[in-house]
Formats: sequence, C-alpha cells, structure tokens
Amino acid sequence: MSTEAVPLPPVAATPGLDQPAARVLMWRHHLRWWEALPWLAAVAFYFIFPDYLGFATALLVTILFALSLDLALGYAGIITLGHAAFFGAGAYTVGLLAFHGIWTEPITSLALAALAAAVIGFASGVVLLRTQGLTLLMLTLCTMALLQEAANMAHDYTGGFDGLPSLDIAPLFGFFEFNPLYADTQYLYTLAILLVCFIFIRTLVYSPFGQSLTGIRENPLRMHAVGAPVRRRLIICYTISGAIAGVAGGLWAQTNAYVNLSALDLDRAATVLIILILGGYGRLYGAFVGAAAYLALEHFLARIYPTAWQLGLGLLLVIVALYARNGLLGLGEVLWQRYFVRRAAT
Amino acid sequence: MTEIRLETRALRRHFGALVAVQEIDFKLAAGARHALIGPNGAGKTTFINLLSGALPASRGRVLLKGNDVTDKTQAERVKLGIARTFQINRLFRGLSVLENVCISIAERVGAAPSMFYPVGRRTDVIDEAMHLLDVLKLASNAAHRVSELPYGRQRLVEIAIAIGLKPEVLLLDEPAAGVPSTESHIILDAIERLPEHIAILIIEHDMDVVFRFAKRVTVMVGGALFAEGTPREIEANPQVRAVYLGQASRG
Ligand SMILES: Nc1ncnc2c1ncn2[C@@H]1O[C@H](COP(=O)(O)OP(=O)(O)OP(=O)(O)O)[C@@H](O)[C@H]1O
Ligand SMILES: [Mg+2]
Repeated sequence: MSTEAVPLPPVAATPGLDQPAARVLMWRHHLRWWEALPWLAAVAFYFIFPDYLGFATALLVTILFALSLDLALGYAGIITLGHAAFFGAGAYTVGLLAFHGIWTEPITSLALAALAAAVIGFASGVVLLRTQGLTLLMLTLCTMALLQEAANMAHDYTGGFDGLPSLDIAPLFGFFEFNPLYADTQYLYTLAILLVCFIFIRTLVYSPFGQSLTGIRENPLRMHAVGAPVRRRLIICYTISGAIAGVAGGLWAQTNAYVNLSALDLDRAATVLIILILGGYGRLYGAFVGAAAYLALEHFLARIYPTAWQLGLGLLLVIVALYARNGLLGLGEVLWQRYFVRRAAT
Repeated sequence: MTEIRLETRALRRHFGALVAVQEIDFKLAAGARHALIGPNGAGKTTFINLLSGALPASRGRVLLKGNDVTDKTQAERVKLGIARTFQINRLFRGLSVLENVCISIAERVGAAPSMFYPVGRRTDVIDEAMHLLDVLKLASNAAHRVSELPYGRQRLVEIAIAIGLKPEVLLLDEPAAGVPSTESHIILDAIERLPEHIAILIIEHDMDVVFRFAKRVTVMVGGALFAEGTPREIEANPQVRAVYLGQASRG
C-alpha cells in the first residue's frame, strides 16, 4: 500500500473520545483516592481497638451481605425481601459440614457455601425473575420462609430451632486458630474475603455486563428492544448476588462458630435492606456507610436507651426517606458538591 | 423490482374480543421510506409491536428478508436487523445520553455479556456512540442525564438508541409525538439524514411530514389496511380523505 503518497492525518481521528462525556465514561472505573479510606480505616481499627474486633467482624460480614444485595437491588433493580435465603444457605452449608465433621477447612467451606447459595439463587431466579414488583417481592419472601421452615423441620441435621452450636472450624492455612475470645484471626480473614469479593463486585458493576444491568433497572422493556436477553442477565446477576450473600453467611457461621434459624430470618433480610437504603443503593459504598451507621447506632443507642433504641433508628430512617433519597452517601455527595466543588468553581 | 425486507402475511392480533390488527398483508421494500397513517386507535402501534416481536401475533406470519421470524423473540429479531422506537419514550432516564447509546451499541457488538473489563476500555463502543450523537446533533448533550433533557431532545435519544443497533429495518412510532412543532423539524431532519439503505416505516400524524418524507403511504383504519399508494395517490383518494384527512384537518 502506498502510505507515503497520501499523508494520513494524525491518529487523533477519534475526536469523540476527547469530549467530556466520553472521558467520564472512560475514567469512571478508575480508583479514586478516597476508595482507600475504608480499608485504611479497617486496618487502623485492628490496631487501635483490639477489644472490639468481634463487633468489627460482624460489621464486615454485614457489609459483604449488603454489597451482595446492592448488586441485585441497586444495580439490576431486582426487588427482593428474601436475601437472607442465600445468607442462610451459606451459613447452613458451613454449619452442617462442620457440625457433622465432614469438612472444616474455612476457605473451601466458603467456596461450598457460595456454591450452595448460587444453586438456590439460580433455581429460584429461573422461576421468580419472570415476575416484577410486588409479586417478585412476595415470592422472594416466600422462598426464604420455605428455606427457614425446611431448616426448622430437618431438626435431626440442623438442630431445628436451637441450631448448630460450637462449630469446630479448622485453623486457617492449618495454622491460625479461630479463637472465640480473641477475634484477630476472624477479623483479618473476614477483611481479606471482603476485599476479594469487593474487587470482584466492583469489576462487575463497571463492566459492560454491569452497565446492561443498570439498563435493565432503568427500563427493562427498552433492554428487550435493544436485543438484550433480559431474563438471562437477571438470573446470572441473581445467582452471583446469591453466591456472595452465601459467602457472607458462611463467614457469619465461621466467625461466630454457630448457626441458627436467625440466619434465614425476615428480620435479617429486612435489616440488610434498611442498611442499604440508609447508606444508599446502587453505589457500592452505600453498603459500607449504611452498615457502619446502622451497627454503630444499634451499638450506642442500645447502650443509652436499651428499650427504645429502635425508635432512634426509625427516626433516622424517616429522615433519610424524606430528605436523602440516595441515602447517607447521596446526602454526602450533595453536600460535597454544594460546599466544595461549587466554592472551588467560584 | 426492489427487494422486500419485511413482509407480513395475514397478520392478526386481538385483545380479547377487540381485533386490533386484522389479516394484514404488507411489504416493506429495501431502502423504503414508508409512512403508516390512520386515525387514533387504528392499530398502528400494535402492528409495529407485532413486527418487532414486542407482542406475539394471534395468527399470520412475519418474514424478514424471506425468513419466517414469527416465532422469534424481540431480542432475536433485533439481532436480525429490526429496530424500533417508541411512541412514548422508553429511555434509561437515570443514565447519561452517551450511556443510553453505549448500552445499545454494546449490545449490538456483543460486548454486553463481558464481566471482567470496564466499560471504559471499550473505546470503540464509546467512540461510535459519540459519533452517532454527533450525527444526530446531540453531542452537546452527551454528558447530560436523560431525565434532565427537554422532551424534544429525549425524542432524539429515542432514535439514537435504535440507530445504534445498525438496523436494516427501522420502525419509528410517531418520532415527533409530543414535541412542539417549532422543534419537531430537528427530529425530522435527523430522520431524513439516516442512511439510505435502511428500510424505514414511520407512523406519523402530521400530513406535511408524511408527504415530505414518504415515498409510499399505507393507511390503516380499524385494524385493517385501508389503502396504499404514493403520497399523491393517497392524497387524491376520496375515501381516504373522507375517513382520515378530513378528520386531521378538522383537528
Ligand atoms: N395491550 C393492549 N391490551 C388491550 N387493548 C389494547 C392493547 N394495546 C392496544 N390495544 C387496543 O388496540 C387498539 C389499537 O391500538 P394502537 O395503540 O395500536 O392504536 P394506534 O393506531 O397506535 O393509535 P394512536 O394513533 O393513538 O397511537 C386500541 O383500541 C387499543 O385500545
Ligand atoms: Mg400508536
């Protein structure tokens, strides 16, 4: 080819990519400096509050659970009130394997917990995700109730109402013991698992698949009209979300060394929903903010007003619902815009 | 003889006792500029829903380039080259204009199932989307959230999403509906600039637009085909004038 004869223009032949909107999209997935904050805080917590590591471990598990819900609810718009089904499936997988002495190695147990929850997510998703809105809400609720009842009735294996106490979890890497009195191992282990899951979820939501999920959330009918296999995408999302909730449940069982029916409870499903709405859904870090705010409130309010702490929580929720539709994180973004970005601009 | 892109044979759809579309035999030629007109409730939108696969037909067949697609889903028909817009906006309202178009292009080029690399790395998709917005004179709105745009601009996004699918057959359901007449020319200009090879079927109530844009016109009344011909023939047809044009000029 005679490339010498015709001098080609410089390869900035894509002026479109220079425009602000294109840049926003091309840079959206890049890490921001503040994304290091939660992890730095978590490491700092380990050194500063060694006596509170049990509480902090529960917080990390809750964050992971809320993240899994965010994927389904916040990104794909799957309205569910039964997410504890997957949490419980994971918890009981770990619990049953350990209690009956079948398998106690923690990391592979978590993988099995994820698998069990994924199977339930897939099977229920195939049926449920034909529906939408309130029907879907009711069906997710029913699925969870069925699982809870099954766990209750399979008394011989699950311990029924009493659950499975004093689970024997093998040391991590054959070396680090899960000591109920000193939660060091549990905390660092949970933090590491949370980090791995978070990286996975973050990659997913910024991927083209994640973008198509937001498309489905915004307008499923239009997604059909652009040729997307909407139901397949929703089932995949629900399965992945279920698997991650299963990991959270597995961690909960391992770090507490017990499992009981509360893992499958409506209370748990509702709490994680409240946490996500409180923090802000569809924005990843809402799970962190919501879980931290909720557990901190529960912790401190319960100390000050042991009988009426839920009243304070209720008030906070009303305020969030009225004035901060995007949760605490959304509120923070608005304030940040108002007081820093605008001031910098003038 | 021009090639036939889309064809229907005795296509029918009823809702309970109401027959919305009855026994329609219709042909859309390659590169067509074909208008579908008819009074409110004539079944025009239902007909487009049957062509695009948004609704299953009660009876009859739909053929795309001679292949029977009657049993194919809407998504499958999109892959085969049928795209549409909606009479009432169906947009990804919370997302930016650019993202709206990227979603459609990502779907077409098969990027959408990918989970393990960021959207931002598909510069081919983003670049094509920006180019498309440029052509539709929407580039200045690329970063705006759709819900923040005036309705007329939203109608353009509606078209942009469909064009991003690079269709062979484009079904436009009242593209300028709800747009003040002072702005509707922007949308009609955009439609006139679309690539010639696309076969376009446009539902439109404004007769000036129909006569300016269309080379062929089909009139639907009460779910059935009423007349078909060139714009001149339709304009001169006394029965059409009676049932339709008369009504329109009254309104
Ligand atoms: N999903 C549906 N269920 C029941 N009836 C329907 C449905 N969709 C359309 N119809 C009815 O079918 C008939 C044709 O409606 P359609 O929307 O196709 O008309 P149209 O020609 O597009 O009218 P317009 O010009 O007002 O858009 C109407 O009587 C309408 O009420
Ligand atoms: Mg209509």
